[in-house]
Amino acid sequence: MIERTPILNFFTHVAMLVGLVMAVLPIYIVFVASTHDLRTVNEVPMTLWPGSRMVENYSLVWNKSDFGTKFLNSFIVATGVTAGKIAIAAISAFSIVFFSYRLKMLVFWLIFMTLMLPLEVRIVPTYAVAANALSPVQGVINGVIGAPAALLDLIGLNNWTKGWPTFQVTLPEWNLLNSYTGLILPLVATATGTFLYRQFFLSIPAELVEASKMDGSGPLRFFWDILLPLSRTNMAALATIMFVYAWNQYLWPLLITTKPEMATATMQLQKIVPGPLFGQPPIWNEAMAGTLIVMLPPLIVVIFMQGYFVRGLITADK
Amino acid sequence: MADITIAGVKKSYGKTEVVHGVDLAITPGEFVVILGPSGCGKSTLLRMIAGLEAITSGTISIAGKVVNDLEPRERGCAMVFQNYALYPHFSVAENIGYALKVAGVRKAERMKKVAEVAKSVGLEDYLDRKPGQLSGGQRQRVAMGRAMIREPKVFLFDEPLSNLDAKLRVQMRIEIRKLHQRLGTTSVFVTHDQVEAMTLADRIVVMNAGRIEQIGTPTEIYERPATLFVAGFIGAPPMNLMQGALVSPTAVVTGGIHLEIDGILHLPESAPIVAGVRPEDVVLAPGGRHALRADFVEKLGAVQLVHGAFAGQDFIVQCPVSDAVRAGDDVRFDIPSHRVYAFDPATGRLHTQRTHATVARVLANAAA
Amino acid sequence: MDRRATFNSTWLAAALIAPQLVLVFIFFYWPAAQSLYWAVTLEPPFGGSNQYVELQNFRAVLGDSLYWNSMRVSILFAVCSTTLTLVVSMLLATFVDRQLTGYRAYRFIYFLPYAIAAPAVGLAFRFIFAPDAGFVSAINTFYPNLWNPALKGGDAFALIVIANSWKMIAYSFIFFLAGLQSIPRTITEAAAMDGAGVLRRMRDLQFPLLAPTFFFLLVINITESFVDSFGIVDIITGGGPARATDLMVFKIYSDGFKGLDYSLAAAQSIVLMTLVVTLTFIQFKYVEKRVHYS
Repeated sequence: MIERTPILNFFTHVAMLVGLVMAVLPIYIVFVASTHDLRTVNEVPMTLWPGSRMVENYSLVWNKSDFGTKFLNSFIVATGVTAGKIAIAAISAFSIVFFSYRLKMLVFWLIFMTLMLPLEVRIVPTYAVAANALSPVQGVINGVIGAPAALLDLIGLNNWTKGWPTFQVTLPEWNLLNSYTGLILPLVATATGTFLYRQFFLSIPAELVEASKMDGSGPLRFFWDILLPLSRTNMAALATIMFVYAWNQYLWPLLITTKPEMATATMQLQKIVPGPLFGQPPIWNEAMAGTLIVMLPPLIVVIFMQGYFVRGLITADK
Repeated sequence: MADITIAGVKKSYGKTEVVHGVDLAITPGEFVVILGPSGCGKSTLLRMIAGLEAITSGTISIAGKVVNDLEPRERGCAMVFQNYALYPHFSVAENIGYALKVAGVRKAERMKKVAEVAKSVGLEDYLDRKPGQLSGGQRQRVAMGRAMIREPKVFLFDEPLSNLDAKLRVQMRIEIRKLHQRLGTTSVFVTHDQVEAMTLADRIVVMNAGRIEQIGTPTEIYERPATLFVAGFIGAPPMNLMQGALVSPTAVVTGGIHLEIDGILHLPESAPIVAGVRPEDVVLAPGGRHALRADFVEKLGAVQLVHGAFAGQDFIVQCPVSDAVRAGDDVRFDIPSHRVYAFDPATGRLHTQRTHATVARVLANAAA
Repeated sequence: MDRRATFNSTWLAAALIAPQLVLVFIFFYWPAAQSLYWAVTLEPPFGGSNQYVELQNFRAVLGDSLYWNSMRVSILFAVCSTTLTLVVSMLLATFVDRQLTGYRAYRFIYFLPYAIAAPAVGLAFRFIFAPDAGFVSAINTFYPNLWNPALKGGDAFALIVIANSWKMIAYSFIFFLAGLQSIPRTITEAAAMDGAGVLRRMRDLQFPLLAPTFFFLLVINITESFVDSFGIVDIITGGGPARATDLMVFKIYSDGFKGLDYSLAAAQSIVLMTLVVTLTFIQFKYVEKRVHYS
């Protein structure tokens, strides 16, 4: 389109440049700060040119914070969450979209509602469950056992229940603290991925299913041979956002791990900071080095999988 | 009402040239239809007139003024888009009146003009509806109303009827024709549908692969197609085209069949020729010179199309249903010599044939 | 939602959905129910079964001025951060949508901040805005403590708003851009032919057609500000100074896990959960009933 708006274009460019600086500057500053010695980094304002202490600072922080182990843990958790999510969401969405059963709507809403409460908001009770992961099952079993008696008590027929054997089942305690399972499972429990798959599965033409039935496939065959290959892009999108999401988890790993050897990289940031703002300041050049180390993996994933990441966000949340 | 002059206009996207030098002069008040298949560059040409695409080289002038560097709103054109492009969040009244609003016309006067235009397109009862609540034909009329209200110098139509069903298309075609009769505004109409072209145009510009094949009135295009492409594109069912060779200055042999042509072709003997015969020009006659066996017959109510093999290829004959023909019948027919077209297969152009009368006159002049 | 073509095996359907249902039950519904249970009971200090205390815990929570402080701070934070985020991201998206030279690079870089973890963002901004290091405190040479988030609650609050918005602008930008790009090109062209210039089209065409995306992001941003802000507060301010940045989610953490008062934390959790559920509910209801124009 022929449009002559030089002044407006100029201002648009200026505004976009300002935005660019705002987006990149903090990351750049973190990088620069991590390459200086302690004295330079504490100068106000700090210079914007990188220093020469990069290698020393980074190796110091890496060893001091034992980032090797932490990275491994983060990696295991992120991969575990991603793989778990992709697998479980796929089969759940498959069940919801391609089967027809009476409780389907109920099941759908049960799963859907988990989108309403992110993990941070229910940390207290989830933590309690993690302390003993079989307690819900135990609770339900005991509830079922005790229900008849409780019901009769309620309607006043106490006499009838006298002499009934009362017993409670005690399942073995399954403590999820300080374990990979504890780090991974609660994050896999939400419905984000299921929703994304569902949207995609709904867009598969019915004719494809019908053709495959005519060809003699059962549901599992259809799932494996036809549905999954078609879902590749979606899976990549989901994998990208889940990996970044899981790697960036902060609050939950803080709660569930007390031993340093199970800590994750993102958690480590809390250790780098001795206290809140008005206490003792952190050792800034080391802190910034640590920050950059923690920032890098998800940044790299997003940079290389940019298309998938954006697609994943937009389809997952809409 | 303005004239449009398109001189040597070319358009390239990057290194790919899509319009290769187009020259066209449109007189004020003329209704010109640019006709061609998908991808021939007709929409691109239209958009260059509108200012929605930049012109790579050449000039376009409207009312005598070169408009290459002018923004769309400065050119005095109004456009009706293929998918109507109505503002989904505005009502019909707001859609039609938008251009006036932008121009700063006061509300009272604007509302008055909107009411007038709405009445002229039959939408006076729908002013408060949103486009989503209208049918395809109604949306089309809103689009036209929006274009009309600006009283532009030029109307541009980009395949406006393609999204309508067949019946609506015929109706809207008539309304566009009546509109043109009433307002007389210079109009450029782009389409791939030859029926629209033939019924609406004062002149047709046939385009193919970025070039103009022929410019002429509908009659000229039909009677004297300048190229093979035009011959095959205009007319439904399409012209029968047969590969053959010249056997004498007045006759062509194709597929073993000898066809007389009207006029003299000054070409070497055995020069390759493509002979064209329109299905509707074939005359069924019991004692006819030519014959074919009907493979199948399509009856269309008033006429029927007889498909068979003739001159070594598929051939279609169109005749009235009263000439009862059934599949398997042997049909005899004549082909009048003045309805045989001779094309040069190398260039695709129609050979201009001198008629006997012209030759006689030339000889007479030479003798004198 | 019922498709034409489905498979018939009910047991298979059940088997397929079982893992998710089990997980969801164990890690979502049971904890939610337990939360409710704890909120209405008191755990005795020396063991034994819980005592049903009805709404006593809630009264304690709602009667606590510290709690009202944290609610006030959270709401203010949600409003400030969301406004800043939406305005900036909408403008940036509109600029990038014009597709001037280099727009692809801008688009790519603008959403990178979202990939960074909240505590990392917090630490970076803590440095930049520190009272005794970084950059901003340079203005303290003009006047002591002109900028001091360690002492002044307002400064600390501004700091966490900026840090949170930085990340959420990246996220909202993507959605606004997608919304703008879904406006058909011919409508923009029609407006241009009607005489509307760039600014006019922004006002009459782009912003109104962005309304659904705007409302969607409004709710998402508000919800995120209640949730994702934990990392930022924990790293930068620890809730202070003087509880000026004591967001609700942070208070639950400090009461429950530092202060070890689970009942109190549970009661607060219920209130926060109700708030978030209501917001999410509005979002789904609204997104499902999206203003559909075409």
